[in-house]
Amino acid sequence: MTDTPASPPLPAASYIHLDGPEPRLSFLKCKSCGTMFLEPERLACARCGSRGGFDAHEPKYEGTLHSYSIVHRSFPGTAVPFISAVVDIDDGPSLKGNLRGVPFDADRIDGAMRVRIVFDDALGRRDADGNAYISHFFEPLAAD
Amino acid sequence: MSDVYITGIEMIPFGRYPHRTPASLGAEAVLGALDDAGITVHDVQTAYCGCVFQTMVGQKIFQQIGQTGIPVANVSNACATGATAVREAWMAVRTGDYDIALAVGVEQMTGMGMLGSARQASIPIEGLMGSTSMPATFAEAGREYAAKYGTSFAQFAKVSVKNHHHATMNPKAVLRKETPLEMVMEAEMIAYPNTKLMCSINVDGAAAVILMSEKKVRELGLMDRAIRIRASALASDPWQQRNPQMPDINSATQIAAQRAYEMAGIEAKDLDLVELHDCFATAELLHYENLQLCGAGEANDMIDSGATALGGRIPVNVSGGLLSKGHPIGATGVANLYELSLHLRRQAGERQVEGARMGLAHVVGLGTCSAVHILEKA
Repeated sequence: MTDTPASPPLPAASYIHLDGPEPRLSFLKCKSCGTMFLEPERLACARCGSRGGFDAHEPKYEGTLHSYSIVHRSFPGTAVPFISAVVDIDDGPSLKGNLRGVPFDADRIDGAMRVRIVFDDALGRRDADGNAYISHFFEPLAAD
Repeated sequence: MSDVYITGIEMIPFGRYPHRTPASLGAEAVLGALDDAGITVHDVQTAYCGCVFQTMVGQKIFQQIGQTGIPVANVSNACATGATAVREAWMAVRTGDYDIALAVGVEQMTGMGMLGSARQASIPIEGLMGSTSMPATFAEAGREYAAKYGTSFAQFAKVSVKNHHHATMNPKAVLRKETPLEMVMEAEMIAYPNTKLMCSINVDGAAAVILMSEKKVRELGLMDRAIRIRASALASDPWQQRNPQMPDINSATQIAAQRAYEMAGIEAKDLDLVELHDCFATAELLHYENLQLCGAGEANDMIDSGATALGGRIPVNVSGGLLSKGHPIGATGVANLYELSLHLRRQAGERQVEGARMGLAHVVGLGTCSAVHILEKA
């Protein structure tokens, strides 16, 4: 019996890139107005309407929590609780993701906390072909 | 341009009708609206049908009540679907092309669950990259407001207490029971701060409205029961940095409201009642501000003071709202016009807003759009 070499994990979102030593983020940035977008391709800018094209842009890996919800019931089969968070990335767009490393208690969550963006295995989820995935997560910057 | 009037309107009791079809529910509402206006299916010149989850329901309704060959079009615009159908019918009459138009909204949702369905990807992203469930999405919208203005969990919960209380006076609402504040706050937590009693209820339902030109209203002698549509406005979401990662329910509402006030030539203070899109308790407070019912950050005081309860300065969702009347997506936008019409005609019974002459109806569809109508007793 031989071990089948595991195929490398895949990015869980198109803006996550696994082509270097560490996972990185890359977003489209409008050449005309600088607005950033999450999708890998666009015909024009949603903000200014420019068709002048986009640059690839790597943001900082820190940001500020903008809003969140502590989710106790979700779609069937989804493990709960978890914290759904919207983060404004420094020098980047706003991104949704799981906020981890904080208690599931609104009284103990700073609603405007600074967070770092980290990458990790996508909670053990595999696609139909058995591939593993890498996702982004948010963690409090001030964690002790 | 002709003024456009509502002369017939009906809403079937919202609830669960597992053995009926959308066309059958819609047809019942249409027959009620025709009877209310005192006309027959042969008088209707054009029709628009709103339904999100089934196709060609408009034609199927006429297959139930009389196939006259008129133009029938089906529209879909998320939770603004019914209101969008009304707006299409309004435009058809306003331009002078038709004198009598029908708008009907219908949805059969029993068994769909309140959470909606997950987006499909190579791996599921729910709970991996946050949540796309509706309770969480609207919780995040509410938390955004709370972060700015200090709105408490209890203040959001009070919206459900108020709207559920209103529904005890509405025989057509699906949930008709008092829910004290502790009951709302201690109900199962779905997505903080929305508990189960702070989520709207998926039900089956239909509502229909007959619109007429001024010429036709006078010809048929219906002016004494007619309700004038002072404004019909629709907006899509303008660019915002966080949208659609964080669906923006505010901007489209603000634009539609401003357009409606300008079209009607009135201000929010001229309104006697409002039916707004309380799909989750966290949404209602935001819309007080979006609809200019209060200034920035004043929604907390509005709910605390009882200003938006029946008997208050500007009663909001005296029907019970989506939280207790139920939220059959395609029907909702027509149903809130039905509620306004009852009050403007002094037919709202126990929950009648005294002296009501002007009302505003509002819906939001995620994706995103918003529709606002302003009605006045003719």
